[in-house]
Amino acid sequence: MKILVVDDEQDIKALFEQRFRREIRDGAFQFAFCFSGEEALAFLQEHPSEAILILSDINMPGMSGLELLGKIREKSPAPPPFIVMITAYGDPEKQAEAMRLGANDFLNKPLDFNTLKEKLAHLEV
Amino acid sequence: MELAPGILLAVGVIHLVRKTLDTARLTPAWDKVLSKIWLVSIVYFFVTLLPFLGFLKEWYGRLIYVLLLITVYLMREHRSARLLSGALLPGFFVYVIDHFFRFAFPAFHESQSDFFNTAESFAGLWLLGFGIYALIQNNKEVKNRQKQEERIRQAEARKAELEHLVAERTAELTEQKNELKKSLAELKAAQDQLVHSEKMASLGELTAGIAHEIQNPLNFVNNFSELSVEIAHELLEELEKPDFDRELVKDLVSDLTQNQEKINHHGKRAANIVTGMLQHARSSTGAKEPTDLNALADEYLRLSYHGLRAKDKSFNAKMSTDFDPTIGKIEVVPQDLGRVLLNLINNAFYAVHQKNTQLSESSQLSESYSPTVTVSTKKLKNAVEIRIRDNGTGIPDSLKAKIFQPFFTTKPTGQGTGLGLSLAYDIVTKGHGGTMEVETKEGEGTTFLIKLPV
Repeated sequence: MKILVVDDEQDIKALFEQRFRREIRDGAFQFAFCFSGEEALAFLQEHPSEAILILSDINMPGMSGLELLGKIREKSPAPPPFIVMITAYGDPEKQAEAMRLGANDFLNKPLDFNTLKEKLAHLEV
Repeated sequence: MELAPGILLAVGVIHLVRKTLDTARLTPAWDKVLSKIWLVSIVYFFVTLLPFLGFLKEWYGRLIYVLLLITVYLMREHRSARLLSGALLPGFFVYVIDHFFRFAFPAFHESQSDFFNTAESFAGLWLLGFGIYALIQNNKEVKNRQKQEERIRQAEARKAELEHLVAERTAELTEQKNELKKSLAELKAAQDQLVHSEKMASLGELTAGIAHEIQNPLNFVNNFSELSVEIAHELLEELEKPDFDRELVKDLVSDLTQNQEKINHHGKRAANIVTGMLQHARSSTGAKEPTDLNALADEYLRLSYHGLRAKDKSFNAKMSTDFDPTIGKIEVVPQDLGRVLLNLINNAFYAVHQKNTQLSESSQLSESYSPTVTVSTKKLKNAVEIRIRDNGTGIPDSLKAKIFQPFFTTKPTGQGTGLGLSLAYDIVTKGHGGTMEVETKEGEGTTFLIKLPV
């Protein structure tokens, strides 16, 4: 499964790469990382229909995660790709907004990778 | 003259005199004597009935006359008495002259008896007439006195009325004064509360953002430490093998090291955010201490950036500094001045953000607009200058005068208390004896200039 992770924090890449070390080694997941909404859009433009799942942070400088969500859903109203938004804990407004714009699920920060892995397992099925 | 009617007349006259001259009030002792005239006269009457005391009849009139004269004399200070004396005196003189002539020149007296009788009658009429005149005068006087007393009474009543009114008014005014005092105290309390809540608001803005901001570093600390534990287990597992893979071990150790570095980095990041926030919350002792203004400005610049970015991640701006290293340490209250800088920097960031939003909404955003806030310091001859410059929306001329007014804000309701600049102005001018000025051009940007004396 090709997964695009969008987050402005650089260390997210190192984190995912270690957390999914085995899965990456086994070829189960393939990760791509973008550090802004603009970068993500450009990436999707260059690699159309590649990313099955997009994991995006909401609070980002420049284009916010919600804006990105809107733009992606404009072109692809239904999954693929699945879009999972990462929100700050206890922000119900943003959650509601995300669902309204077409997000499929959401996760809270700080990221719990076990939960994430469970959700990914469900998606695969 | 017969005695009996004479007695009646005399008693009547005495009574009249007593009333007219008010002897009861003015010569009470003598009045008591006069009041006995009834009794005395009746006794006198019976005495004169005695055989050889008949001559006393004549003397009765003289007795009465003498009584009157004594009365007049005793009350000689009173006008009414003097009047009465005028009535009595002719009679007196006639009596004296009559008796003189009767004893000294009896023959002459006999021949002129008509004249002397007439004189006596005239004296009697004079007494009567004058008595009536005196009575009328007395009444007039009594009436006058009464009128005056009435007038005085009215004046007193009026005075009492006015005093009452004044007392009422004074009570009203005192009550008003107390109410105003109370209102003043309440206003002062409300003002204190507002200042406090402004401080809390700016603190609250920070805390909300800070909480957000801390989540990211915390996320990394938790995750990388978990990962490090896993890696350590893996490492141990591998090293248990007699022929462990050296390269793998090296890789694992390298990852471990990297993770610890990241944990350290993000931990420090969180700590800095918290420290900055605590410093801002710390109440100022008001004491001036030698402070490095460059460090202060830098700290609050980053604090502001953190806070705003955490609150609104779409917020994006450049910050630049230009610090004069020669300014040294200045005696300031660091928390207060820090708040001033924080406020100005916040405003600067807000302004550039506004401009950015405006331009993007009207699709005029170009790569050429780079929202920037610059903080610079410079040492002058007797002062230190701090400049906070932004290339944001600028301030229109019409608002320029108002910005330092308390409660003035252009931010939407709930977003700004409007107290920041007015407090900042007070801190700089009153607290530190400095000046704060603003240079601005609408649409282009704003510069706030603080000068502090050294």
